[in-house]
Amino acid sequence: MALESRTYQKENNTNILKLLKQSLSDIYSSRFLARQLAERDIKAQYRQSYFGIFWAFITPLATALVWIVLNSSGTVKLSDTGIPYPVYAFSGTLIWSIIVASINSPMQSTNAARGILTKINFPKEALIVSGIYKLLFNSAVKVLILLIFVFVYGVGFHWTLLLVPLALFAAILFGTVIGLLITPLGLLYKDIGKLISFSMQFLMYATPVVYAIPKDGLMKTIMTWNPITPIVLTTRDLIVGFHPEHITYFISVTLLCLPLLAIGLVFYRLAIPIIVERLSA
Amino acid sequence: MNQLDNDILISVEGLSKKFCKDLKTSLWYGIKDLFLGVTGNRNNRELRPKEFWALKDINFQLRRGECLGLIGHNGAGKSTLLKILNGLINPDAGKVTIKGRVGALIELGAGFNPILTGRENIYNNGAVLGFTRNEIENKIEEIIDFSEIREFIDMPVQNYSSGMKVRLGFAIAAQMEPDVLIVDEVLAVGDVGFRIKCLNRISELLNKCAVILVSHSMPQIARICTNGILLDKGKTSLLTNDVGLLVEKYYVTFEDNYKSNEINPFGITIKDFNVNGRSIKENATLNLKHGEDIILSFKFVCPSDIENFSVHLPITDDQMIHVALTSSLMNLGLTKNNNQLVSVDCKVPCLFTNGRFYLGLTIIETNINENQYTIGKTLFKKENYIKFFVKESPLTTSVPVLLNSNFVIKK
Repeated sequence: MALESRTYQKENNTNILKLLKQSLSDIYSSRFLARQLAERDIKAQYRQSYFGIFWAFITPLATALVWIVLNSSGTVKLSDTGIPYPVYAFSGTLIWSIIVASINSPMQSTNAARGILTKINFPKEALIVSGIYKLLFNSAVKVLILLIFVFVYGVGFHWTLLLVPLALFAAILFGTVIGLLITPLGLLYKDIGKLISFSMQFLMYATPVVYAIPKDGLMKTIMTWNPITPIVLTTRDLIVGFHPEHITYFISVTLLCLPLLAIGLVFYRLAIPIIVERLSA
Repeated sequence: MNQLDNDILISVEGLSKKFCKDLKTSLWYGIKDLFLGVTGNRNNRELRPKEFWALKDINFQLRRGECLGLIGHNGAGKSTLLKILNGLINPDAGKVTIKGRVGALIELGAGFNPILTGRENIYNNGAVLGFTRNEIENKIEEIIDFSEIREFIDMPVQNYSSGMKVRLGFAIAAQMEPDVLIVDEVLAVGDVGFRIKCLNRISELLNKCAVILVSHSMPQIARICTNGILLDKGKTSLLTNDVGLLVEKYYVTFEDNYKSNEINPFGITIKDFNVNGRSIKENATLNLKHGEDIILSFKFVCPSDIENFSVHLPITDDQMIHVALTSSLMNLGLTKNNNQLVSVDCKVPCLFTNGRFYLGLTIIETNINENQYTIGKTLFKKENYIKFFVKESPLTTSVPVLLNSNFVIKK
């Protein structure tokens, strides 16, 4: 019986394909661990809480409510969105919250695992995957609430609703890729996490979350180029049964995410020993 | 089979690792290393400002069935070496090659979630240690039995005592079947019964794997290890197959700071303390050979309101455990107090094995009641009056006292 042999030395393997292959095979071999970690976190989260799942969608719901009130009371004048405004606002804040959660997920999962990272050698990719599982779980709950909105406000069923999960996958993919790329830096410096949540607050207003893209002006240019715009708009179009206008940009962003995901995984794999060293030294 | 037994499972060549003393600088170097890491970072690594070598040029090999004891004082680099062997951090120079499955008993129950029950945590911890769902399901009953906490297995782990957590942690880790086992002082916790159970499990594994054991307990090192490394400030101070020599060197290298309190309510002064005819100061160190006699003499005045007293010399080993006692009651019985300076002479046979021991001095009020001695007030007590090293014991063993029983074996 040949034993598996491992070598640890200072020189890193720089063959990206080889590293990516190792990363992917670790993801596959650690699928049980990833599921177990996600299950653990979800169970623990809801066992110590009465309202449980409620907290998953209260933030986007509250933001949407604020805007619904602002709009219906005439405090702000928003251009017509073509669909009932509550559906527009809530679908926007909801997709937005999924994207924000996805960006934060890799860093949060890795940070929460500090205790085991510095003690046990296990496939670290499982942390990322468990983060995705948790995102899928929370997003599923959010989408159910959204469906209630869709039917209550008379938008009704469209066959495109069936494609919404795909769009949400793209949203999670996009967020996770961004999150994965900043995780190594974010683990070393807390500033990164703060900076992200701070700038995401502003970015929301440069994305058609609670209002549509204006007809002209600087804001129009920014909002049209913003890579999150096609994700929000396409998902919303699929929900309400409109023709997805930004589908080309949406597909390009999604496809671009794939090589970036590969780079992110490789970078993460190279970074973990360095981070463990700095955290536990 | 023979071929397998001689497998070199761990090979460490010229291993070095540096750490940074300052957090801000360390984080900044971390960022630099991140980006250098992408390009492979093949340059020779020198110390940057505020860095030091936590490990420098470590070399050794370990075969299946061997057990390497890793000793050294706190901060000598033992844990760093274990982390590199476990693949948690990368070396800055040199190379480590490990064959087979690595099992590490470094911190038991790492990653337990306090809210979840013991049973749920078995699944989590097992998954982290690399078990599959099937493996855990097959082993769960065995794990619960081993941990001996079946009654509480469905209770949240936050309500467990620390001993119970360790029991559960070890029970899970004990299911591993590694080729290389790394043990870091996890055995120091838990109650005696469980500690024995753990040691037994490790001894079972000893024959099948290459083991690296970090411990501060020299008797434990002497009992289990086949060879050892003494680390001192990151460097190999001694690498040897002679564990007795290793333990001796450890004691010589590291001064103890065992300072027990003196209990002296009557203000007794011990005068003219002599060992083997030489005047000795308190806390002095003696070098003795096994089999020698220790000839002690000293003088003191017993307080006036005491009727009878006795003198005891307790002997403590390096782990602060009493291993022997000699007392004036043995051959003299009670000594009557005449309120004058008394002179005490005695001869203690040095039956001890290699290692460091402390000789204490106790003077105590003693009376007799129906043929039983009764102990009264403590007049003077110091646990480590002098310390002594024993060398040249005919056997290296973890047992502190070696008795000569005048065996006769007839043919």
